[in-house]
Amino acid sequence: MLIKQAADLRYSDVTPKSLYLNRRKFLAGVPAAFLAGRELLSPSARAFAGTTKLQTVKSSLSTTGEKITPYDDVTHYNNYYEFGTGKEEPAELSKNFKTSPWTVSVEGDVAKPRKFSVEELMKLAPLEERVYRHRCVEAWSIVVPWIGYSFSTLLKEVQPAPKAKFVAFETLYDPKQMLSPFQAGIPLPYVEGLRLDEANHPLALFCFGMYGETLPPQDGAPVRMVLPWKYGFKSIKSIVKIKLTSSRPPCTWNEVGANEYGFYSNVNPNRDHPRWSQKTERRLGEFFKRPTLMFNGYPEVASLYSGMDLIKNY
Amino acid sequence: MMKTQKRRKPRGGKILVFFLGLLPLFWLGWDAFNDRLTANPIEFITHYTGDWTLRLIIIGLFITPLRKIFNWPDLIRYRRMIGLFAFFYGCLHFLTWIWLDKFFDPSEMWADIIKRRYITVGMAGFLMLIPLAITSTAGWIRRLGGKRWQLLHRLVYLTAIAGVIHYYWLVKSDIRLPLMYALFVAMLLAWRARLWTRAPRRPAPPPLRKSPHAVAP
Repeated sequence: MLIKQAADLRYSDVTPKSLYLNRRKFLAGVPAAFLAGRELLSPSARAFAGTTKLQTVKSSLSTTGEKITPYDDVTHYNNYYEFGTGKEEPAELSKNFKTSPWTVSVEGDVAKPRKFSVEELMKLAPLEERVYRHRCVEAWSIVVPWIGYSFSTLLKEVQPAPKAKFVAFETLYDPKQMLSPFQAGIPLPYVEGLRLDEANHPLALFCFGMYGETLPPQDGAPVRMVLPWKYGFKSIKSIVKIKLTSSRPPCTWNEVGANEYGFYSNVNPNRDHPRWSQKTERRLGEFFKRPTLMFNGYPEVASLYSGMDLIKNY
Repeated sequence: MMKTQKRRKPRGGKILVFFLGLLPLFWLGWDAFNDRLTANPIEFITHYTGDWTLRLIIIGLFITPLRKIFNWPDLIRYRRMIGLFAFFYGCLHFLTWIWLDKFFDPSEMWADIIKRRYITVGMAGFLMLIPLAITSTAGWIRRLGGKRWQLLHRLVYLTAIAGVIHYYWLVKSDIRLPLMYALFVAMLLAWRARLWTRAPRRPAPPPLRKSPHAVAP
């Protein structure tokens, strides 16, 4: 048996913390200067034709104390495989994406199934501006002022049947405007799903806009979900179908690799992706990586999962 | 005799290859200057330098087949430089990782190396390049002897395979690019394998005491 003895010297005895921090500062200095330079040099935000201003109200569910990520980064660093697997491709390839007219069909186990136009959906409740952290499974993150209302508002409107336990979402798939599943590397249309109680959580946002305007195509226009406590791919974009079901619906990334992308995919620093660590993340525009927080810093959702082993149910 | 021959060899080719090898670095600098490194420059630089390491290894592996197939023996003069450039971009790739991703934290690095198989295999590929870079000089060829040097430098086949696996294990779903690299490496290694099975006992090459350009198939 090994008996471990505490070392006589600690790292802090050898190198005082102030010096240690200094070293980090120095190591960070060059690239940090570069990152700072980018912000100064970068041309004014590349604007998108087709986005329109939205009137919003303040929301008590908005995250405070976070620096908003520049619009330019949020619109030019996207995962939207229907428009390319590169990070900057979606901005380019989705330029002419037709988002109007657009209808969303709400069906399945509901008392009042119906089709909504996006305009109708936007009038169901006052549009709130909600700042959320958004953490990608690839270990980068952004802070975005989204615009929308709690998804529960829509559920109330269609009245889920008692046997409804899950909500299935589907993204538009239009081969004329989008890449083929082969080019995208994933089966299409993109589908996602939530437990009904997750979908009913007030933080689950039915989202139409960001940064005071309607969504640009690469960020999921005209309507998407935003689930700040889950990895980004759960927040499905450009929704055309919402179906309430009694059995667990398929989810695209889960189909691609079930051992890597679970049904829940809650942000969890203690459960690594099999191929990379989820303990830290890089906030776009920042130099140092920062620790990833449980549920991405939204502990209010924890009660949804009480009694569950979140390492097993990843 | 050797000396006059050497003097007659045109140097232009090597200078050209040298500047071609620096081009990717210039592009990176130019893109950085013009703010075209995406919203996540650190990841971009990591992928970019890794990409060029693998590309240069593959280009290096093309030398021997091209020499034989098209009867361009002179191509051998550029192989060492291409190999060293592959090592150069490999070093930049490694540096981005230990500096910008791990901040020189040895425990973090070690955890990554043993836990993440794509890093394990990538690191193995990089480590194998080091002896090749060190022994790339004429002096080392002489010291090792052509045959042993040749054997050692076949490590680059393993590095190429490691590089492709490293890339393949890293991507989320779009495996087209790693597959393309895999195809190149497979073709280049298959060409060599065919050569060996066909003529298993080629006469051993002369000891190569003077030429700095030892030939590995």
